[in-house]
Amino acid sequence: MLNIVVCVKAVPDPKEACNIKIDPDTKTLMRCEVPFVVNPLDKNAMEAALQLKEQGDAHISVLSMGPPEAGNIVKECLALGADQGFLLSDPAFGGADAYATAYTLAKGIEKIGSFDVVFCGMASSDGSTEWVGPEMATFLNIPVVTMVKEIVESEGEFWQVKASLENGYRLMRVQLPAVFTVTRDLNTPRTLSFSGIIKARKKEISEWGIHELGVPAELLGVKGSPTVVSNLSTTESKREVEMISGTREEKAEQLVQKLAEAGVI
Amino acid sequence: MDKTQAPVWVIADQIDCRILSVSFQLIGRARKLADELETSVEAVLLGDNVREQTQQLVAAGADTVYLANSPELYFYQPELYTEIIVKLAQKQQPQIMMLGSTSMGRELAPLVAARLKTGLTAHCIDLVLDKDRILEQKIPAYGGLLSIICPEKRPQMATIASGVFPKPEMDAERTGEVVELEVPIDVPRRIETLEVVREEPKGVPLESAPIIVAGGAGAGDPDGWQQIADLANTLNAALGCTRPAVDEGWADLETMIGQSGKMVSPECYIGVGLSGELQHMVGIVGSQIMIAINNDAKSPVFEKVDFGIVDDGREFVPVLIEKIKKYQEKKVTC
Ligand SMILES: Cc1cc2nc3c(=O)[nH]c(=O)nc-3n(C[C@H](O)[C@H](O)[C@H](O)COP(=O)(O)OP(=O)(O)OC[C@H]3O[C@@H](n4cnc5c(N)ncnc54)[C@H](O)[C@@H]3O)c2cc1C
Repeated sequence: MLNIVVCVKAVPDPKEACNIKIDPDTKTLMRCEVPFVVNPLDKNAMEAALQLKEQGDAHISVLSMGPPEAGNIVKECLALGADQGFLLSDPAFGGADAYATAYTLAKGIEKIGSFDVVFCGMASSDGSTEWVGPEMATFLNIPVVTMVKEIVESEGEFWQVKASLENGYRLMRVQLPAVFTVTRDLNTPRTLSFSGIIKARKKEISEWGIHELGVPAELLGVKGSPTVVSNLSTTESKREVEMISGTREEKAEQLVQKLAEAGVI
Repeated sequence: MDKTQAPVWVIADQIDCRILSVSFQLIGRARKLADELETSVEAVLLGDNVREQTQQLVAAGADTVYLANSPELYFYQPELYTEIIVKLAQKQQPQIMMLGSTSMGRELAPLVAARLKTGLTAHCIDLVLDKDRILEQKIPAYGGLLSIICPEKRPQMATIASGVFPKPEMDAERTGEVVELEVPIDVPRRIETLEVVREEPKGVPLESAPIIVAGGAGAGDPDGWQQIADLANTLNAALGCTRPAVDEGWADLETMIGQSGKMVSPECYIGVGLSGELQHMVGIVGSQIMIAINNDAKSPVFEKVDFGIVDDGREFVPVLIEKIKKYQEKKVTC
């Protein structure tokens, strides 16, 4: 049986227009309540796992680190078809940078136990570093392929995958266990079904904190993060806008005029 | 050795034995930082048949080039590349290590950082030294600029996209030292690059296009997106996009402009149905004219451009295309 771990992150809904901004006068963050959703690329990671489960014998564990509310996105993944859920949640994990996040997730995976494949999204919509997959693989001392866009061969101990490159791809041969970070080209994530939601009610979510992981606090959260935010500054645009008005036709004509004056058409 | 005397490193990136321009740009910035820190710039180059290219790195400003030259290194091989860089970094103790935000850099940087147990900042748009000579790594966030620092761990690591820093003057007379490295033999080979396939880029490349038309979430659906693509075609422009257009599947990730995408410097930029979010706007470096089309008169994008048009893009773009075509025909017959 193939043991798969899928790492998912709860992110503020990227479709919500209300973004957190700095107040230009007070230089403090203006927060607003945005609902949490599964990070979009993590849905592709989930889908990859579900497709493997449809093709053969596989067991899917979903793992997330986040505040208690992140339990909802773990539940959503169970409803999609994952078998077991794990939430790493503890105030001690808070404020983690990519390094500390990857470390904590790696400890979570070790505690889950045997695994052959770890899938995660290539990046999160709110952090976008792309570091968590490769750093987690390093802590687990296993290989990683980032930006996977096609799984060519998934039988046995050696897999072959295609990973995106600038204008092309690289074909990689990888020995399991391994971490794969996936792009949206890999698949089209399925949507929730009613029966899935019903079945998920019987599935368990284990919640682990610092004691369950048995890791010293210095290695977690803010304390375990090598990077810190030192300063937040506002930026000012140097451009002065000229609004072009009139009827639709007039606006288009004036714009063509501007483009012609600038010599671009 | 005094900590501030530790070198500034650039991991050079090459494809088919040709060093990528981002590597020279990073050496240019490394030179400035190293001069301020009164230390040296060291470049690391891994590849096959790249011995001659070391002089280019010196010409760009490197004092020392560490070279590992072997057929095994022709392609980027994650375990081997990581091992060589980690071992050398443990010995030389650089205080700063920069990599390009290339497909290699984006994977290699976190592999090296985790092994060296240090911090890493993604897709920086500036690197400066603070009063304590610590590297401030700037990224756009929350509509402003965030400075990230790595106060204790070394090296301070960052990835930077091509186009963030200018290419330095190349001084062919500059001299530097080339140190050849052994390729280790005891590295596990659990992963291997079998093949690299490059495809012809579709359409006009963003990096060199004089005109860029970029579309955003406001395109609404694939038809709306097609109109924006038609506008780009009519202008013989490159087609760029914001992240939602990638998320929706209208556009390829490779055409995304911004902090985590491409940095571009066209003569003219036309943004349609996008809000001017800083993570996107930092990707447009010094465009001469910038134009925005947005249906919301209050959109922040209008604070960041030279000409603004408030209109529904889906109605306006087809009219604009017609007008441009008319102008082009007139111009030809004149
Ligand atoms: C760490 C990080 C890195 C990121 N990196 C990047 C990056 O590199 N590149 C990038 O682009 N984004 C990046 N983002 C995302 C970025 O923050 C914004 O979410 C994104 O740029 C917004 O895209 P948009 O302007 O298309 O969408 P929105 O902000 O949703 O704006 C859509 C605009 O379209 C207008 N509109 C709607 N309908 C119409 C219509 N019919 N006609 C005309 N106008 C219409 C609306 O008024 C609105 O202003 C990053 C985010 C994070 C957190």
